Amino acid sequence: MTGTALLQLSGITKRFPGVLANDNISFSVAPGAVHALLGENGAGKSTLVKMIYGVMQPDQGEMHFDGAPYAPARPSAARARGVGMVFQHFSLFEALSVAENVALGMNKDAIGKDLNRLIIEVSESYGLSLDPARFVGSLSVGERQRVEIVRCLLQNPRLLIMDEPTSVLTPQEVDVLFETLRQLSSEGCSILYISHKLEEIRTLCDRATVLRGGRVVADCDPREETAKSLAEMMIGTSLSFPERQEPDLGDERLVVEELSAESPDPFGTDLVDISFSVRAGEILGIAGVAGNGQVELMEALIGERATEDGAIRIDGEPVGRQGPTERRRRGMCSVPEERLGHGAVPDMSLWENVILSARTRKGIEKNGFLDLGIAHDFAREVVDTFNVKTAGIEHTARSLSGGNLQKFIVGREMLQKPTVLVILQPTWGVDAAAAADIHRALQELAKGGAAILVISQDLNELMAISTSFAVISEGRLSEPRPTGSMSIEEIGLLMGGVRSSAGKGASAGKGASAGQGAAR
Amino acid sequence: MIRLEPRNEVSKGLLYVTPVIAIGVTILAGVVMFAVLGKDPIRAISIIFLEPLTDSFAISEMIVKATPLILIAIGLSFGFRAGVWNIGAEGQFTVGALSGGAVALALYEVEGFWVLPLMCLAGALGGMAWAAIPAFLRTRFNANEILVSLMLTYVAVLLLSVLVYGPLKDPEGLNFPESRMFHPAATLPILIEETRAHVGFLVALAVAAVAWVVLGRHIFGYQVKVMGQSPRAAGFGGFVEKRVVWMCLMISGGLAGLAGLFEAAGPVGQLVPALPVGYGFTAIIVTFLGRLNPIGILLAGFVMALTYIGGETAQIEMNLPSAVTGVFQGMFLFSLLGFDVLARYRIRMFRTARTAPLAVQTAVGE
Repeated sequence: MTGTALLQLSGITKRFPGVLANDNISFSVAPGAVHALLGENGAGKSTLVKMIYGVMQPDQGEMHFDGAPYAPARPSAARARGVGMVFQHFSLFEALSVAENVALGMNKDAIGKDLNRLIIEVSESYGLSLDPARFVGSLSVGERQRVEIVRCLLQNPRLLIMDEPTSVLTPQEVDVLFETLRQLSSEGCSILYISHKLEEIRTLCDRATVLRGGRVVADCDPREETAKSLAEMMIGTSLSFPERQEPDLGDERLVVEELSAESPDPFGTDLVDISFSVRAGEILGIAGVAGNGQVELMEALIGERATEDGAIRIDGEPVGRQGPTERRRRGMCSVPEERLGHGAVPDMSLWENVILSARTRKGIEKNGFLDLGIAHDFAREVVDTFNVKTAGIEHTARSLSGGNLQKFIVGREMLQKPTVLVILQPTWGVDAAAAADIHRALQELAKGGAAILVISQDLNELMAISTSFAVISEGRLSEPRPTGSMSIEEIGLLMGGVRSSAGKGASAGKGASAGQGAAR
Repeated sequence: MIRLEPRNEVSKGLLYVTPVIAIGVTILAGVVMFAVLGKDPIRAISIIFLEPLTDSFAISEMIVKATPLILIAIGLSFGFRAGVWNIGAEGQFTVGALSGGAVALALYEVEGFWVLPLMCLAGALGGMAWAAIPAFLRTRFNANEILVSLMLTYVAVLLLSVLVYGPLKDPEGLNFPESRMFHPAATLPILIEETRAHVGFLVALAVAAVAWVVLGRHIFGYQVKVMGQSPRAAGFGGFVEKRVVWMCLMISGGLAGLAGLFEAAGPVGQLVPALPVGYGFTAIIVTFLGRLNPIGILLAGFVMALTYIGGETAQIEMNLPSAVTGVFQGMFLFSLLGFDVLARYRIRMFRTARTAPLAVQTAVGE
């Protein structure tokens, strides 16, 4: 831990307005180690590696690299010390060739005369075949990642940071990447590997630091852990299953049948064969690690993206081809994940933002004309009922704090008395009291005969309010089951993507569920 | 060190004040410019900005100039709110004049109350057809409508030249490249005796009134605002981007085409190659000077018309170069955009320059 460490962090703290992103973080990376940084979205992984790579600077704490103090003011300083980073979203110019792109990302003095020869040499010795003359625009996502990796390797890094590298790769590409990383590690280059995919980390990494809420909660050898224990470290072990009375279920209101959809975003997740139904009075909770298809599922459900007509039915009527307005008329309301810029227009006043989604059900729009009086009244009703703290409904959505805007948007949808409600992260950023209010309102809405779908990353929340429960992972949904009938172990495994890795390695998945560190 | 900090909310008061400040600063800059040129600055400014206001003929000429500017600018304001950048109103103006004018020439010597309305319809449709090209290319192939519409302007101007040199040429015109003068039944009625101010101005006023209602009270106006400010929120609200792109280009193209027809059937009275004189481009300045607001555009249209008339007078009386009009129009837009920063940002003075606030803000989004 002392003199032998390549990178040593002690007491790193980074504060943003209202958020403590990193709280007194200390750990070290040994030379030649493949070190995992594990944690849910928002746990502080990205902030931490940005400080290591010199993109931002810590407020407190210090870093040592190779025994000497290390405080890079910018990425080029980090690269000069031998730290390279491959970002999750590539920074490549499609209209330039591979060689030109490589040259752009290097420090000036590091570019030799025959870059092309060097690129070929390096790429071949690591099994990452690349043609330096090709245009990046013609490369696949996996090949583009190689360009980024080769760019780092050309600068002879001693520490390579990989930010969720496999989220964009096919299983075959993942195998190639892992070979490369293992080779690098055997040559003495350390790798800091950021991910929330548990199976991957258990296969690849020899050390793991787990972050939760900006703090280090565990330091372990992932090969000695099970997917379950890693998941518990990541999401916290304080999961509880509150008692609740049996729900009074009515007819199926929202039915989704074999819904598949390709994501238009190259970094998005395709939906694969999703089927479920939500009855009147039911609250179906969908858990999952962020980026596993939650946003895509919501967009398909609320009509922002069209699907097969019969894939989605509201009260028996197929609505897959209908837009959000028609679905609202049928009774479906929704709360998207992103408040500012999706659920609300930032520079519009609160009463104008009410028109966005409530104009049909509240009768604000009549023959194309808007009744602004109704919009004002409804905005006031939302603000009063949900205790939105604002100086008035003339103020813009942007001027509200995150939690208050969340209350406003949730209120705007709930007070429309939907019969089907799709809600993402219902209590993200609101304080405990307001969260309890929102939960109570959701339960009352369900009791009144609405079908509610809650998609959340907060397992505690889902356990507390949902009557049935499913997990989404890599665009596939597990079979919904009554909440409480699933063990934490099962949930953890499903969230870690074990089930969906069955295609390429069923045995690995089974070994993990059997626990006992079978992968050692 | 001076830093610009984004305001939490755009200052509404400043939004209305900045156009006035911009006009004041432009005049001040004009004073300096004339002084440097060795002309009497006070006299030049008063000729350009004050004298036209005291002369009734000059006022009628301002109406003539303001009419196309207002019509086009109101059309553009919808697109500019929605993030649909039609820069080619000049081309739509030209094709509108051409198609409406062709109807007038085809119906030469036909009397009938329906001739003018038919010409107006043809003019508006012509402008819409020209704007449909960038609309189609953007919605189908994601082509940039700024480039497409701008380039089509030059095509339109050449098309006008080809046609007045050929099929639309005046048979008795001694081979001059111009059409014959439109028949009185195909010429716009004059609003004020002895002037060129025509009924097109009343149409422009009516269009402004309709636009005001649509923007404030109709779902389409709301849709356009949401689309421009936050396309994802527009999707959530159930608005379809392609539909908005089409609507905005049809409105701006149609109104520009109508303005072109009014110009041909009004002050010019025939089709000539020199018909497009830049109203389509100046209207862009009018749109922004008028804050994308129909009432503001009415006022801004007159301010711009004033620079045309005043510029012409200054050329005659003080021997100033004709570029003076363009210089003033450019300075208007420049200072307006400059002062707009104040409405959106706060100026802060700082002693140290250690932290990088922008980097921090982007990082919080992680």
